Amino acid sequence: MALPGTQATAPPAIELRGISKAFGPVQANRDISLVVPAGTIHGIVGENGAGKSTLMSILYGFYRPDAGQILVGRRDAGITDSQSAIRAGIGMVFQHFKLVPNFTVVENVILGAEDGALLAPSVSRARKELRRLAAEYQLDVNPDAVVETLSVGHQQRVEILKALYRQADILILDEPTGVLTPAEADHLFRILKGLRDRGKTVILITHKLREIMEITDNTSVMRRGEMVATVPTRETSPEQLAELMVGRKVLLRVDKAQAAPGTPILELSGLRMVDRAGVERLRGIDLTVRAGEILGIAGVSGNGQTQLLDILGGYPEAGAQVTGTARLAGRTLPLSGTDARARRHAGIGNIPEDRQAEGLVMDFSAWENTVLGRHRDAGTALMDNDAIRSRAAAQMERFDVRPRDPELAAKNFSGGNQQKIVVAREIESRPILLLVGQPTRGVDIGAIEFIHRRLIELRDAGAAILLVSVELDEIMALSDRIAVMFDGCIMGERLPDATSAAELGLLMAGASPSGIPPEQGQPDPDEREPAKGVI
Amino acid sequence: MDYATILQILDSAVRLMTPLLLACLAGLYSERAGVFDIGLEGKMLMAAFSAAATAAVTGSVWLGLVAGILAAVGMSLIHGLAAITFRGNQLISGVAINFLASGLTVLLGQSWFALGGRTPSLEGAARFGSITLPGAETLRSIPVLGPFYAEVVSGHTALVYVAALLVPGTWWLLYRTRFGLRLRAVGENPASVDTAGVSVPRLRWAAVAICGMLTGLAGAYLATGLSAGFVKEMTAGRGYIALAALIFANWRPWRALGATFLFGLMEAVANRYPELDMGFVTIPSMVMSALPYLLTVIILAGFIGRATPPRAGGEPYVKER
Ligand SMILES: Nc1ncnc2c1ncn2[C@@H]1O[C@H](COP(=O)(O)OP(=O)(O)OP(=O)(O)O)[C@@H](O)[C@H]1O
Ligand SMILES: [Mg+2]
Repeated sequence: MALPGTQATAPPAIELRGISKAFGPVQANRDISLVVPAGTIHGIVGENGAGKSTLMSILYGFYRPDAGQILVGRRDAGITDSQSAIRAGIGMVFQHFKLVPNFTVVENVILGAEDGALLAPSVSRARKELRRLAAEYQLDVNPDAVVETLSVGHQQRVEILKALYRQADILILDEPTGVLTPAEADHLFRILKGLRDRGKTVILITHKLREIMEITDNTSVMRRGEMVATVPTRETSPEQLAELMVGRKVLLRVDKAQAAPGTPILELSGLRMVDRAGVERLRGIDLTVRAGEILGIAGVSGNGQTQLLDILGGYPEAGAQVTGTARLAGRTLPLSGTDARARRHAGIGNIPEDRQAEGLVMDFSAWENTVLGRHRDAGTALMDNDAIRSRAAAQMERFDVRPRDPELAAKNFSGGNQQKIVVAREIESRPILLLVGQPTRGVDIGAIEFIHRRLIELRDAGAAILLVSVELDEIMALSDRIAVMFDGCIMGERLPDATSAAELGLLMAGASPSGIPPEQGQPDPDEREPAKGVI
Repeated sequence: MDYATILQILDSAVRLMTPLLLACLAGLYSERAGVFDIGLEGKMLMAAFSAAATAAVTGSVWLGLVAGILAAVGMSLIHGLAAITFRGNQLISGVAINFLASGLTVLLGQSWFALGGRTPSLEGAARFGSITLPGAETLRSIPVLGPFYAEVVSGHTALVYVAALLVPGTWWLLYRTRFGLRLRAVGENPASVDTAGVSVPRLRWAAVAICGMLTGLAGAYLATGLSAGFVKEMTAGRGYIALAALIFANWRPWRALGATFLFGLMEAVANRYPELDMGFVTIPSMVMSALPYLLTVIILAGFIGRATPPRAGGEPYVKER
């Protein structure tokens, strides 16, 4: 259903009519209609679990809809599986790539689109075709590289090449930039614009409204399985889109009072860590986090942040050598131990970077997950499950976890809601120090706002918070002080009001900024200027 | 040890290797497609029984072979139904097949032939005869190579040569054809095959069926080629040894040949020298005949090399929770 004002001059490339899809009790898509004009880039936004991936997977024939019709170029495309979708000219780059990791690029490209029973002819044709596509769309990859050795950005190119090799006219990309560095994301956008210039239609799912504003022609908004609006992008604003997504006004900025730092809670000095392979991951970290403040650690991922959080959480990598001293609220904290339980007991809360691997047991129900790490507190071997359940229900209410069903297994919640379960558990354990790693990775803006507010509340209640994030916007918005990490070192500390993204970008790239005034510092190519006021 | 003895041992190693190789290649097809198969043992046993029983009744080894293949394919279909269609646990299904075969062969054998679970001894056309390759006798006079050709290469039953040809054949199929590409892909990441517009179940069914046929050959060879009839539990763990060889071979056909030859050689040496006199110490026969099994344990425990199994192995492909 195109709203008045949509750029509908072009004929529709795709039209969805009344698509519905349920996964068991979850209604992922409800009576969805959508028109995508040919030759445009069409954005789709919506909260975690709104049903974006499901809808696109239906379009690609991966799931069968319970009801509804898919028209491609005004004709019923009869899409029943991915093969028929490919024949109709649709290609899709999934949120989680569908590549064979130990195959070469060529093998991945021809898989399912071979020319005959023998491989050799297909391979040589694919090589030629890949060279042509590389030249036409800036999609260079070595055809003989094994996919698992490629960076995520290059793997994504392989996925795009797969679609183009099958002569897709309509390309769907599901959260393509979530895994990319800013420079890779810019490159991707140039590719997408190139595709549009050659008359192809692109559908782009993203959580980043900045990207929507930057590249799309029209934007559709989904909320809780329904399509709530489709608007021309230049007639809308991030604020309006956010409101449409969440169904209420969303503050794209975090409102916070001046911090009132108290006594030092965490004091680290000379923290070093050498991993099993003998690589020095942390090279003498000195840090202080005070009660009532948020210390943000900025940095490109892989510069020692994970190791720092793991050591503080009490589960350093096996075989690692840790030296240095740490004090928690004035008392010495033994660093070498692997004792996460003692850390929790001492008042350290932990929102780990990988919620699915470290924060939750995915097959456990929500209520069971809310007691993990606290399950010994009662002091008896028997669990009072009824009490845990009712506490979990109340916690889910306070943290707006949807659906509000404590019996549902963690894996059946969307990413944002999984994160809320972890955040609720950790914040409500009233830590004196909270470790926070990538709290909003892959999380929608409604949930981001919510999680940010809760972190500020915890700070105002007097807790010390150590925040690690690769999202510079998040660091800038939440931190009272910012430390930049590069190659296992703290490159410097800044106050958020007295620094710029450009200066932080320089520090993140390992450049010493001394002598270069922030205004003149060349921003690192990997560093994009965060748009003001947009998450 | 003279040259003639070495040739005898090698000759026996080739014979003993053959059922292992066939079973190993069978497992290779199945596991490369992502369906783990611990039921090789049971399928082989079932095939051995069917082949021997049919050959005993009809007097034709070829009818026996067909019956053996049918029986093993039938067992494979059970596994496929459990693992592919109903997305069940592949280990449990495999173990069930092993139990089923172990019980059924003895039960049917006893009720049909009343020989305590054996089938009658096979002779003549009811057994595979050995094939003398052209030129075996004339070339024998060539030093070293001549006797090797005549003793080790020539003089085996048809299934030995079939097994040997299956090695390059499997390699070619796996790495040179569309079917092979898809088969390897579906064992690594079935979603990649699915989103490329190819049916995951169909590929896996094909692999499981091939696996059935090859275990059929393996079982038939055991009962009608290597021995002259079926004896209770005559596979004696060869299905598991084949699995160990498959891991040792890292799921590759040529290495499967090497790995199964190693096991065959060990068995041959143990048969030839029940008590191996090493000069200063005599290795007792118990140890000698336990050698292949010890090696199996060592391989399965992961002591040798690093095995990288197909990534999606053992997991049913489920799209919607
Ligand atoms: N294969 C599946 N089986 C069962 N339920 C599913 C499946 N895929 C998605 N769901 C459920 O359907 C709903 C919609 O999920 P979907 O992945 O489409 O959301 P999304 O908008 O893409 O969210 P995100 O932004 O987190 O990627 C969610 O509640 C999810 O848990
Ligand atoms: Mg999604």
